[in-house]
Amino acid sequence: MAELVIDGVTKRFGATVAVENLTLTVGDGEFLVLLGPTGAGKTTALRLVAGLERPDTGRVRLAGRDVTLDPPAARDTTFVFQQYSLYPHLTVYDNLAFPLRSPAHREPEARIRARIEEIAGLLHIEDKLANRATQLSGGQMQRVAIGRALVRRPSIYLMDEPLSSLDAKLRAELRVELKRIQRELGATILYVTHDQTEAMTMATHIGVLDHGRLVQIGSPRAIYTDPVNTYVATRLGSPAINLVPRRLYPDIAAPAEAATIGVRTEHVRIRKSANGGAGRVRWIEHLGDQNHLHVTIEDTEVVTLCDRNATLAVGDAVDFELTAPLFFGANGERVRVN
Amino acid sequence: MAGIRVEHLHKAFADFVAVRDSSFAVHDGEFFCLLGPSGCGKTTTLRMIAGLELPSSGHILLGGEDVTFKRASQRDIAFVFQLFALYPHMNVRSNIAFPLRSQGMLARDVVARVEEAARVLRIEHLLDRPVSGLSSGDRQRVALGRAIVREPMAFLLDEPLGALDAEFREVMCGELRALHDRLKATTVYVTHDQLEAMAMADKIALMNHGVVEQLGTPQDIYDRPASLFVADFIGSPPMNFLPFRGRVAAGDRVVRVDSVDIALPELREGSADTELVLGVRPEHIELVDDAPLRAEVVDTEYLGTTQIVTLNMATGARMKARIPADVPVRPGERAGVNFRPGLLSLFDKGSGRALRTALHDGGAHG
Repeated sequence: MAELVIDGVTKRFGATVAVENLTLTVGDGEFLVLLGPTGAGKTTALRLVAGLERPDTGRVRLAGRDVTLDPPAARDTTFVFQQYSLYPHLTVYDNLAFPLRSPAHREPEARIRARIEEIAGLLHIEDKLANRATQLSGGQMQRVAIGRALVRRPSIYLMDEPLSSLDAKLRAELRVELKRIQRELGATILYVTHDQTEAMTMATHIGVLDHGRLVQIGSPRAIYTDPVNTYVATRLGSPAINLVPRRLYPDIAAPAEAATIGVRTEHVRIRKSANGGAGRVRWIEHLGDQNHLHVTIEDTEVVTLCDRNATLAVGDAVDFELTAPLFFGANGERVRVN
Repeated sequence: MAGIRVEHLHKAFADFVAVRDSSFAVHDGEFFCLLGPSGCGKTTTLRMIAGLELPSSGHILLGGEDVTFKRASQRDIAFVFQLFALYPHMNVRSNIAFPLRSQGMLARDVVARVEEAARVLRIEHLLDRPVSGLSSGDRQRVALGRAIVREPMAFLLDEPLGALDAEFREVMCGELRALHDRLKATTVYVTHDQLEAMAMADKIALMNHGVVEQLGTPQDIYDRPASLFVADFIGSPPMNFLPFRGRVAAGDRVVRVDSVDIALPELREGSADTELVLGVRPEHIELVDDAPLRAEVVDTEYLGTTQIVTLNMATGARMKARIPADVPVRPGERAGVNFRPGLLSLFDKGSGRALRTALHDGGAHG
């Protein structure tokens, strides 16, 4: 395992700038997640590191060595794709052994067996080794695909939304397992996803991408509690942060430049109002574990979690009390309270 | 638009029973989800409503009329498949117009109807584009357009979001429900994804092995699961199960698990001395220092407002708790565990059925 440095990398496809002057470091043993919507440049960034794309400008260094112009096979990386591509005619064991038996990485069979048994144990597929790949469920197949990457000990693992083809329950299970495996192996991982839950729960650091640019990088907690702009603020949090005009809260102390107030569930206390109230309950959405309270204030709707024991009903007038909300300027950049 | 009634529907393929004696009603204007794991019979049920399969026995009523043995083309129903089957050589407008043209509708009326459908779906700007260049989300919107343009009595959708990538699926979920609110069309929606069903449905029929295990509103099914299967299938993370041996009686307000008394809603029925399971939703767990139930923290997952804490109980059971993110918890720590009594469930392990409690008083039953 080793450090990855991406230094001022730009990649254009025709007129489109997919990745713009990207600089970031993935430290040894770090789990870095690049988070962004479709078209943010996250997959291109990953392919640049793997050597599947070549940058227009900038350098890529892996374990201190400049690999910018190296072909993929000469870089010490492994790639896990969104769709598991297993060899259907091979057993799980032979699928896992495949990367170790390739001419470039030939290893003695006893070492291969020991390695596969270790990884299969980590992924809880040790009893499936003799099965054909086609006899597995989707979740098991994706575990084998991840396992095929883990049997090797590259400098860095590159993962492109490896959990997104799974159903919600398996995704939640594999999130916990992948994080545990990463910790146990001390693996360095660069992982891209659009899924905020994956980023929040697994990453040691999150890098937020917007149109090919890295907007903010930090721990999940830092990104969530201290976003640099409205774009980052809206990428994390469920329900999403409410961005309401400053004029709706004339009474609270805010910096002069503040045009927008960012209100998350934990920033607001809502009480039934005896006299008129600032807003009105429009709808309470029951999602099982969470109840989303939709409140209309003038022409703006605010959504927060509400305690299921709350006695609020549709049509009720309510008062708001804000506690330490976030402020943003007219350009969307964060305005900090001194 | 009209309601749908399914009465004692049964379908066997040779020895295999796909759907077993299922009955339910979809009310006029309702968004109804058939939910369940693969192989549970949900798609077979939908195909029988559409007329693509004939039942072995039972009846299907559409707007009060028995259509059980009518052909698909004679039922006034539109079907949207998982894979949007669009005509690749036609543009968006012609694809949406196709069902109307094949009915022989006047060209002038077709134009008006197609534009109305495009407006509802917010794809007016795409009408003259070829379908080949569209994103998967826009293709599925065109497929929906082809369904709504006919103004049928009901829409049947078979995992219409299954082929989209995860990000579009979430967006389309919101769009589909908003579309339903505008059209107020009776809709039967098949999915294996409980989050989709919880977010969109007015009512859910949760199927397992060809049987409707529970029928109710999303909140009903979440709060009062009728069986261990339902409790485990709904919720993310799902309900925690604490197995124990005991005897309970109607009127009991506590159960004894691992020599600790746990309060729960008053029981309305009892059991013999048998294997029971206490069901606890993750958000009903509190971590407190001095509680008699002890656990070790295995993992924490930070989610911003809340965090999910994985716990190893002293009994060996593993549980997940959803607690506020600002409570400091670290892996390796020992903690006391407390259950909020209001919404706990109790199951008979052998049959898997929930025991009735005060929670079931007056509420809808499964």
